[in-house]
Amino acid sequence: MNIVVAMKQIPDLQQIRIRNRKPVLDGVPSALGVIDKNALEAAVLLKEKQGGKVIVLSAGNEEVEETVKEALAAGADEAFLVLDDDLEGADGSTKAMVLAEAINKIEDVGLILFGEGSGDNYSGQVGSRVAELLGMPQAAYASSIEINDSSAVITRSLEDGDEILEVSLPVVVSVLGDINEPRIPSVTQILKAGRKPKEVLELEDLEINLTGLPEIMTVSNLAPETDRKQVKVASVEELLQALRTEGVI
Amino acid sequence: MAGVLVYSANQGLALELITAARKIEDFVVAVSLNDDSLAQALAAAGVRTFKISNPNLVVGDTGAAAAAIKQVLDKENIDTVLLSSDRRGKELAGRLAQAIGAGCLTDVTAIQVDGSKIECQRNALGGATIAVQYIEGPKVMALRPRSYEAAGAGNGSIEELAAEIKDTGIKVIDFKPKAADRVNIEAAEILVAVGQGLSDEEKLADVQALASKLGGEVACSKPVATDKKWLSEERVIGLSGKKCKPQLALLLGISGQVQFTVGIRDARVIAAVNTDENAAINYMADYIIQADLHDVIEELNEKL
Ligand SMILES: Cc1cc2nc3c(=O)[nH]c(=O)nc-3n(C[C@H](O)[C@H](O)[C@H](O)COP(=O)(O)OP(=O)(O)OC[C@H]3O[C@@H](n4cnc5c(N)ncnc54)[C@H](O)[C@@H]3O)c2cc1C
Ligand SMILES: Nc1ncnc2c1ncn2[C@@H]1O[C@H](COP(=O)(O)O)[C@@H](O)[C@H]1O
Repeated sequence: MNIVVAMKQIPDLQQIRIRNRKPVLDGVPSALGVIDKNALEAAVLLKEKQGGKVIVLSAGNEEVEETVKEALAAGADEAFLVLDDDLEGADGSTKAMVLAEAINKIEDVGLILFGEGSGDNYSGQVGSRVAELLGMPQAAYASSIEINDSSAVITRSLEDGDEILEVSLPVVVSVLGDINEPRIPSVTQILKAGRKPKEVLELEDLEINLTGLPEIMTVSNLAPETDRKQVKVASVEELLQALRTEGVI
Repeated sequence: MAGVLVYSANQGLALELITAARKIEDFVVAVSLNDDSLAQALAAAGVRTFKISNPNLVVGDTGAAAAAIKQVLDKENIDTVLLSSDRRGKELAGRLAQAIGAGCLTDVTAIQVDGSKIECQRNALGGATIAVQYIEGPKVMALRPRSYEAAGAGNGSIEELAAEIKDTGIKVIDFKPKAADRVNIEAAEILVAVGQGLSDEEKLADVQALASKLGGEVACSKPVATDKKWLSEERVIGLSGKKCKPQLALLLGISGQVQFTVGIRDARVIAAVNTDENAAINYMADYIIQADLHDVIEELNEKL
């Protein structure tokens, strides 16, 4: 049984600058989503127990081919990439169709892992959409995953409690950011990553029709105005004084 | 547009959705899945409620929930859906959107109707920006809890609907309720929030003492709740936590990454305590003190 991990390339959010309230993305390096790395680690741990392959799946622009090496170094066996500049900034419905079609081309898939939300958009919809497209059961917000033969036992952490589900395979699961601590690859692993098998497709290689999909239109996307005093105070006494003057204590 | 459908498995959130839906259209219908008391509460809030009862509708089976709601949408010819952006609701949003061929926006904090557009406000780029977006075509929108007041009393109705649901073989083996932490940090006027700079769990008692002296609540950054498990997730400020607007936020040992600051930037006054002179949180603060937070807590507890 193989495990597919869907990982998204995102801009390094700490390096985004704001100019005139607009985000400046030029020159900001790309990385794989933080929680997607937890999904990869979960996959690698399961594989180490029961065999099979871990295949990282990503849809994005050409840069992904480089970015994905990080995942190959951290334990993925193969990469399956759909690369097309049109996929940059594509919305959930487009991406889900692309990912689902790619999964259809991968053999013997028992488990498909997602992050609970992508690092930049954090909408938590792509995994659910893929499950619907593939007609598979799903379990989101997993804090633990166990595989026994043909079924999985998944603990999902909800606001009011932990729900434990038994689901037959194949299943789509999204993981929480605290499900594990992703490993840091060694230098040798990083060097070997470039030689691991990669299947690279373009959008036109997939038999899907992306016309007529609903569209998300953006009216504006601005940083809120921040106007903080940024006054350095030298002592706790001074801090108390300032807070009293503000009338907040 | 021919009406709006609202659904949440959580009764309180479902009532909030009714208020939001009425901003869009007068004609609002609601759904309850295997839940009599939810159906009654929805009808008592004045909406036409479809009650679906089916043994194959297991709680936790998101695919089945989406299939059931889709049947109501088809029958009533509705293509606008409001869900709650709690975890169950967010999970359902993508699945239902895919099932009905809709666009989907989750974690929506406010909606504004502009002609035929329903403009949704949500955080983007990890919280660095606020995007205003709308969906062209069928739409599923999931609203953050407590973005709208719960709907008041009205005169609704309940209709039973037989829906066809496949048995997908999902079984709920167990549900372990979380120890209830009924704190509502969003309502607090004063928040004392701790981050990973706090050295150990025992020190929380001093933090709590300080919060009590100030008449506020203890809150935290995400890793303090999810990695260290020192506080409940109810107390997390930020993108995946709560959006707060206290009069005063005292931030202790928090670095100020964007996913955190998005939850506190509406505070009136922010004071930050950090050993790192260049911590990002300092750019978000009104008062900055470069010091060990443990010393600051001790001194504050003495002086207050
Ligand atoms: C999709 C996504 C969603 C997220 N959602 C959230 C969210 O909702 N809320 C959230 O908080 N995070 C969230 N995060 C995580 C976020 O990116 C940061 O990792 C997190 O906020 C860091 O927490 P921290 O500031 O407590 O810890 P750190 O970044 O480790 O910072 C600790 C700080 O303490 C200071 N310090 C250390 N010792 C002392 C001392 N003795 N005295 C004073 N200062 C000291 C250090 O200088 C440092 O600045 C999310 C991440 C992702 C990817
Ligand atoms: N372009 C993409 N390629 C691969 N996986 C993706 C892509 N976009 C989203 N995902 C996966 O879907 C999850 C949820 O994304 P989102 O719905 O954007 O929050 C992410 O954590 C990834 O696992």
